[in-house]
Amino acid sequence: MTEASALSRVLYVDLTNRRYWTEERRELFKECLGGTGVAIRLLMEECKAGTDPLAPENPIIFCVGYLNAVFPLASKTVAMFKSPLTKNLGESHAGGRCGVAIRMAGLGGIVIRGKSESPVYLVVSEDGVRFKDASALWGMSSSSTVGRIIREREAGAGVRAIMRIGRAGENLVSYAGVITETFRHFGRLGLGAVFGSKRLKAIVISGRSSLTLRDPRGYRAVYEELYMNFTKTSLMKKYHELGTPMNVIPLNVANSLPSRNLQRATFEGADALSGEALSEKFLGRRAACSHCPVSCIHIAALRVPYETEPYFYKTKMISYDYEPIYALSSMLDIRSPEGFLQLMDRVEELGLDAMSTGVALAWATECMERGVIGTEETEGLVLKWGDYRTYIEAVERIAGVKGDFYEALGKGVDYVSSIYGGDGFALAYGGNEMPGYHCGLATHLGFLVGARHSHLDNAGYAIDQKLNAEGRKVEPSEVAKMVFEEECWRQVLSSLVVCFFARGVYTPEVVSKCFSVMGINLAPADLKEIGGRILREKYEFKFREGFSFDKLKVPKRVTEIPTPQGLLTEERLREGIKHFEDLLKKDTKGT
Amino acid sequence: MVKRVSVVDVDLCVGCQSCMFACNRRFAEAGLARTAIFVQSTGGFEHGFAVKVCRACREPPCVKVCPTGALTKREGGGVRLDYRKCISCGNCVEGCTIGAIFWDKVLDKPTVCTYCGYCVSYCPYGVIKLEEVEGA
Repeated sequence: MTEASALSRVLYVDLTNRRYWTEERRELFKECLGGTGVAIRLLMEECKAGTDPLAPENPIIFCVGYLNAVFPLASKTVAMFKSPLTKNLGESHAGGRCGVAIRMAGLGGIVIRGKSESPVYLVVSEDGVRFKDASALWGMSSSSTVGRIIREREAGAGVRAIMRIGRAGENLVSYAGVITETFRHFGRLGLGAVFGSKRLKAIVISGRSSLTLRDPRGYRAVYEELYMNFTKTSLMKKYHELGTPMNVIPLNVANSLPSRNLQRATFEGADALSGEALSEKFLGRRAACSHCPVSCIHIAALRVPYETEPYFYKTKMISYDYEPIYALSSMLDIRSPEGFLQLMDRVEELGLDAMSTGVALAWATECMERGVIGTEETEGLVLKWGDYRTYIEAVERIAGVKGDFYEALGKGVDYVSSIYGGDGFALAYGGNEMPGYHCGLATHLGFLVGARHSHLDNAGYAIDQKLNAEGRKVEPSEVAKMVFEEECWRQVLSSLVVCFFARGVYTPEVVSKCFSVMGINLAPADLKEIGGRILREKYEFKFREGFSFDKLKVPKRVTEIPTPQGLLTEERLREGIKHFEDLLKKDTKGT
Repeated sequence: MVKRVSVVDVDLCVGCQSCMFACNRRFAEAGLARTAIFVQSTGGFEHGFAVKVCRACREPPCVKVCPTGALTKREGGGVRLDYRKCISCGNCVEGCTIGAIFWDKVLDKPTVCTYCGYCVSYCPYGVIKLEEVEGA
């Protein structure tokens, strides 16, 4: 029987030579907790400076932490790799069943090296690793079909995750994602393309082990308290009832919802695409990640007629969330929920990142509107706001890398605009397409400085929403401090690995208690210190790969459209960046 | 009073598996090795979930295939397992028509529901309940 405090085993898989082995890395986990903390160390060990993200030398790393399979809402897995999209730190988190499955297979981390000669999928369990031929799965038009076939062929139903890529990943589209349990994703930053570059189609991982606790009675008490907080208080109401799309209306009302490539910050289709409207008309099923009673996964049932065949219909089950609504509906001004859902469905099947895809299409549409590009570039497609059918054809071409323009579009808006123009309205930060918040200074400062340029790095968007609601105006220095402190703490949560939705419950004091029943003594102050150190290590990787605060580019469009705090100026953003940099360096020196 | 865990409405199940973790916590352990209730999708998350748990049969097929008398009928329905008599043959796992007997790899013994209802208090959506067996 394994102790919960004995998290240590790292599985190494060498795809080139089809070998695998495990190593005990107990000290590493003790020092870095797991998840993000261990993954960045392993990435530093495995990924040499200047590695080509699509070369066999770029590793794929998955890590879980001490809380996975032990406490509720510790349902996430952290993936790290060098990103083909930003050419820098790639970090992506997913839920579903993978966090629990990896831990229950007796593992803390997985490192995948090399490149398979032919398409392969891996079967990982407590009994080891099997390399299975994936030639017949390569090139399939839907990632769901791949999931179904593997589900039928392999063991572990109920206690397994099936991570897989779609065509976009096979074709090395820079923002291809990895899908797990049909509806959850290692999104953003192109993990799918790294899978594709290794000819790795899927990973099935399963396990059903048990972990002992140093203080069994204390464990049950702490668990009970957490569980009550998650199920009997209003803390999780937002995620529980309408899910993340409950954000649509409030952000729209606050002039914070980017639409038409951020030519405006309100969306005329907001009512029809709101969490309320989608629930009423389309919500067909709710689902949850393993060990999470909240069940934020909202799945629409969409009945679609066949246009050429009367009395034939199909019913598709399509998961929806706030960010895809922002990117594939609001940004493209698709006001029809049916249109959005069909576009979303195709994006899922092809295995593209919904956010980058939407922002890329929005950029291309504005380019057409302004005459920067024409049908010669788009090879006949006329991209128009709201025209979801044409967008569906465009995503086929992006995922299929059909023609020069779509190949470039599949490398992100930073890249495509460097070739075709239109960089003033190319909405990307550090090469990663912008998330769906235009709330103010903290939001955009967060996107600029964040370790992986995601709204979830540091919660700048949430800080702004709070400040805006309170009617408070604060100086860039103070904003930078808030962003920095939140980012430090989030490194701890993502090392445990706890879902960020649970951040209101997993305070430093609560996390300290969770460790204490495992027999690990970590005071709240120790945890905060570890968070700061992990963040610093991530920036070390970033600096090594060419990141620099001075070189950060502010998309011009962001400063042209008012936020709830008025127009942002580049000057104030630069001031915020400077303060953030100072805080990070101060931390580095330990002073 | 003879009780059993019954599935009230499987369509309410979101697949969070809180019941499975709860069952394992009866032994004050984290994880899933000892759970006697099991939740899995019925062909992917889009198709919903199945909940497998002993339904306390009056004529339990698992008892019929136990070669050592380790599994015996409980009065009113269901079974009891005597670990001392169990020889870990696994017949009961095969013999249970609804697949509600599981294998504890750590103990190398079957895991059978003890009808304690601990899992029920951790189901957030009322999918399962502890009820009295009718006519028992």
